[in-house]
Order: sequence, then C-alpha cells, then structure tokens
Amino acid sequence: MAETTYLEAIRQGLFEEMERDANVICMGEDIGAYGGAFKVTDGLQARFGEQRVIDTPLSEAAIVGAAAGAAHMGMRPVCEMQFIDFISCAYDMLTNYVATARYRAFLPCPMVVRGPSGGYVRGGPFHSQNPEAAFLHTPGLKIVYPATASDAKGLIKSAIRDEDCVLFFEHKYLYRRIKEDLPTGDHVVPIGKARLAREGRDLSIITYAATVWKALEAAEQLEKEDGLSVEVLDLRSLLPMDDEAIAATVKKTNRVLIVHEDTVTGGVAGEIAARINDLAFEWLDAPIKRVAAHDVPLPYAPQLEDFVLPQTADIVRAARWLAAY
Amino acid sequence: MATRGAVASSKAAPSGLTREQLLELYYYMRLTRSLEERLVNLYRQTKVVGGLFRSLGQEADAVGSAYALDRSKGDVLSPLIRNLGSMLVQGATPLEILRQYMAKGDSPTRGRELNIHFGDTVRGFIGQISHLGDMVPVMAGVTLSFKLRGQQRVGLVYVGDGATSTGAFHEGINFAAVQRCPLVVVVENNGYAYSTPTSKQTACTSFKDKAIGYGIPGVRADGNDVVATYEVTREAVDRARRGEGVTLVELMTYRRKGHAEHDNQSYVPPGEIERWALENDPVDRFIKVLTGSKGVPAAELERIDARVVAEIDRATDEAEASPAPEPRDGLLGVYADPAETPVLWYREGVRSAVETHERPASWGTHDG
Repeated sequence: MAETTYLEAIRQGLFEEMERDANVICMGEDIGAYGGAFKVTDGLQARFGEQRVIDTPLSEAAIVGAAAGAAHMGMRPVCEMQFIDFISCAYDMLTNYVATARYRAFLPCPMVVRGPSGGYVRGGPFHSQNPEAAFLHTPGLKIVYPATASDAKGLIKSAIRDEDCVLFFEHKYLYRRIKEDLPTGDHVVPIGKARLAREGRDLSIITYAATVWKALEAAEQLEKEDGLSVEVLDLRSLLPMDDEAIAATVKKTNRVLIVHEDTVTGGVAGEIAARINDLAFEWLDAPIKRVAAHDVPLPYAPQLEDFVLPQTADIVRAARWLAAY
Repeated sequence: MATRGAVASSKAAPSGLTREQLLELYYYMRLTRSLEERLVNLYRQTKVVGGLFRSLGQEADAVGSAYALDRSKGDVLSPLIRNLGSMLVQGATPLEILRQYMAKGDSPTRGRELNIHFGDTVRGFIGQISHLGDMVPVMAGVTLSFKLRGQQRVGLVYVGDGATSTGAFHEGINFAAVQRCPLVVVVENNGYAYSTPTSKQTACTSFKDKAIGYGIPGVRADGNDVVATYEVTREAVDRARRGEGVTLVELMTYRRKGHAEHDNQSYVPPGEIERWALENDPVDRFIKVLTGSKGVPAAELERIDARVVAEIDRATDEAEASPAPEPRDGLLGVYADPAETPVLWYREGVRSAVETHERPASWGTHDG
C-alpha cells in the first residue's frame, strides 16, 4: 500500500467524514474550486458541491461565528483558517462566543477550526505561528496538534465527531515531509490521549507537533553518542491533556524535558511543568527543563529563524544537562 | 396625553393584523413594561443580584419586529439586552426572566448567566453574549443552515446603533448577504450606546444607508409604532423566506432609561427624556390607536393589564421560592462529556490531598 502524507491524511479524513455525515460542511477562504492554499481541501467541492464546501469572504470572525450558528442547528462545520496565524481575527468569537456556548446557554457547538500552523518554513512573523497556548487558557475549547499522518487522520475524524469545538492545528512543515502507511478502515484517534513515540528509561521528552520529530532525532543521537535511553511522549492533544501519560513517563524516568516550538513564556510547557508538580513532584530527580522558541516574533531569514526556533542540537544539549544532573 | 404630529402613525390597515392580534401585541408590550417595573422593585430589594437593563420606551420595536416572525415555521431570533419583549413573543416566560435576574438554581442558565442572556433553540431564540455585533455572524450561520437544508425558516438578529461600529457586524452582514441567507438584521437606533450619542457612532445620516455597502435593501421605520414596526419587519421576513436574502431594518426609537439601572443619564440634554415620555411613548400611542380607530373599549385593555399583573405576581412568588444554585454545579457543563478533571484538590482541604498523594518508595530518604 502506498504511503500517505500528513496533508493527504487530513484530506482523507475530511472526505470520509463528509461522506459519512451530510451535516459536515467545510467553510473557508479559497477552499472550494482552488482547493485551499495548501490543497488540503482539494477535490472536496467537486465531490460535495458548493453548498457543503463554501468559499467565504475574507472574514475569519464571520467564518467562525457562522460555523457556531450552523453548529447550534445541528450542522458540523469545519472551518479553515488559511494560515492559523489568522485565527487571532476570530479570537473573540472562539473564546467569548463558542467556548462559552454550552456552559452559559446549553448551546451545542460541534465544530472544528483547523489550519496550517508552525514554522521552519521561512514564513516570517505571520505565516509561522503556533497560537495554541492562547487557547489553552479557554475552558470550553479542545485542542489537538498531531505529529504523524496516522494521528492527523484519526484526530480530524474525532474532531469532526466531537460534540464540542475542537481547534485542529496542523503543522505545515510536516504536510508533505511525513508519510506512512495508514491503518485501514474507520481510523479514529481519541482526543485527550498521548502517544508514546519512543520508549526509554533515562529521560523523558514531552512534546507535540513538529518537535516530536526533532525529539526523536535527538533521542537517536543521545543513544548513539551517550548511551542514553530517551523516552519521547507525543501529547497529540493539549486540551484535554493526558495527565496519566505524563505522570507515567515522569515516574518511569524521573527526568523531564519539555519541548515545543511556540515561544517559551506562557507556553504550554509551563502548564505541563505545573501539572508534573501536582502529579509527581516527588518522583523527579532533576528540575523540569524547557526547550522552546525564544520570546520574539518569528523572523524570516533562515539564519534568524533557525536560531530562534528549537533545534535538535538544543534538545540534545538540554538532555545531556538533565541526564548529568 | 399629548401626541406629537411629527411621528407618522401606521397607515390605515395594510398590516393584515386581526383585532385579536392587535390585542396580543398590546399584551406583550404591557407584559414587557410591567415585568421590567417588577424587576426594578426586586433590584431595589437587592434580589436582582446583577445589573438591570430596561427597554422603557422601546417595547414597540421589540414586540412588533419579533411578532413578524412565524413561530409555526420555526423562525429564530437573537435578542439584545433591550429585547425582553422579543423574547416574550417567542415564548420566554416571566418566571424564567425573574429566576434569571435573581440568579436562581433553576433559572434557564442555572445561575451561570445574567439578565435576559439565555436561549432556547426549540422556541427559537439564541442566547446572546455581551460582545456586541457577535450575534450577526452567528445568526448568519443559523440561517445558512436553513438555506443548506432547504428549510423555509427565517432568522432575525438585533443590533443597536453602537454595534454597527464593530467588525463582527460588518463581517456577519457581509457574509450573510453574499450567501443570501434568510436573515433580517434589525438596527434599533435608540440614540445612545451607553452614553455615546449616535452622532459619535457614525458619519452616516442613517443606519439604513449602510445596507448599500452590502448590496442589500435597507429600510427604516418608526420603532415606537408597533404596527409600523411589524409591517416593515414582516416585509423583510417574507423577502427572506422567498429566498431573496438579507434586509437591514432600522427602527427609530429612544432609550428612556440609562444603559443600566445604575446610569444617571447625566449626558442626556435636559428635557429630552421627558419629551419622549410625554409625546412618544409606544404604549400610550398604541392605546390611542386601539381605543380610537380600532374601537377597543378601554375596559378591555384594563382586563389585559390586570391579567399581566396577575401573571407577574404569580411568577414573582414562584421565582422567590426558587433555590439558589449548588456551588459545585458551577463546575459542570463546560463540555458535552462529563468533566474528567476533579475539583481542585487544594480547595478540598490540603490534609486529605497530601495523605492520598502518591510518592515513590524512596521519597524522603535524603533527609536522614
């Protein structure tokens, strides 16, 4: 069987869910005849028509707000942010309207907001963002950020079937670089469950999205050069977060490095560290360390971007420090 | 009661409203006003624990416009803070309103939200949020679903003069116009957004002119004339139901009370409120029409007034007897799934949490 890319996996998931449930519709800018800026929705309009694959005005707040209204009426809209950076234009709609709808008014809001995220692509400050932490603080939303093609497909399907609003971050660096044989049949990955990407004994790296691959690279190198056995936990879901899997890996290796591509201050790593403090403080043999982007808007030039974003070498360096602590 | 000639009354009888319907309009206007008056009493007794928002002087525009929807067809509206009357027309009850304002555990939102911020998709009203303009995109989506499913349903969304300045208003109405959603956008122009007069809100001479920019019809009517309000909204509703898309309806009215009960309206020119109260009260005007050209005996209206008072008395007694919410219920219902995260342990008492906190066998040995 031919291998499927991360991007194609998402497209397959969308296609299958639209086939399965006539209430699923897609909304976004240039997603119809053009197939989307990255072609994630390519072919959907030809198959499902203009009614269900809607080319919208350039209006993120309207896309998300209209999705919420349609969701109240029983539809299951999937909104595309052309780049996830533009989700900030719908921040009010998501945090004030959508996230509170069930709690304040018993209004169901089964919808997905998805979009290409992340850097390492020379996209500059407005086509490279990782805005997940901005929404982690909002009760009522769910957040997933897959690292593999299989998880991308399984999670988009789960997100569409979920009864609440799911923010589906997809990493554009992984779109066409990552491919694998996908499980056959109705492949669904549960939201809220982490994945053990690599087993190890000496040290745990907790991460998600593109840095899962950098962590795995680092783990290889550390095994080869230092004889260290490094465990890599891919969170996949950030909200809800898999506390059980986090506690299990901490109790196993007693040393934790948290890695993410987003900037460090106020990033998801801080929340993970606080949870470890609550769940398993006494099991730690070393301080929790973070490797994340520096606190700057993401610059364009390769020399600048590569310096600002976390690289494999940064992970290796931090892991060595932790192992020696 | 003096009546000013400057405001045009309804035309003879093109509304098609029966005598019974006219009396129903009167009932809802009276119910709105009397219920708010009761809420003022409860507010002063501190039984309304949050702010109180009045629609005094705007009852006609709320009731008349909502009355233009067809509840039997499943039409849906999204009210604003001064649309108590619209919600009552759609079937919200005085008991619900009272429990909601009094933050009761059996209020429509279980004490989670304030005032008239609640909804019911079955009866056809969607709970608003405080971020003005946001309901326009939401109602664009509600009506988009009607269109996609081929349903003959219509949506109506209210915005105030202030909300027309928001990005959400623009994005939502543009989206709905492009998609030809069966939506009526009612701009209630009551002269003020909190303390800001309309002249500081827009450089347009009228809000209906904004419709031009969206390629949709814009119409304007006297919002203090309940029949005129009904007629103009009804035309827009019929148009939407025929698949002809969005209409912007501007209803001219006046906010006689402050933004909320605490607001002393120091920013209003002297005499302005009194003039509107005296010359252009929507209830007084409608009584004049009913007892005049419609030949309704005053005693019949008094019977309606008495019925309204009895209903509100009954609802007040019941609401006062309602229980307060259980504090722990505040943690429920954020997601469809039951909450997996337990109550924060340190709030439960540190001792038990420490006792049950799992530690490695070696823990504490470094102290020795």
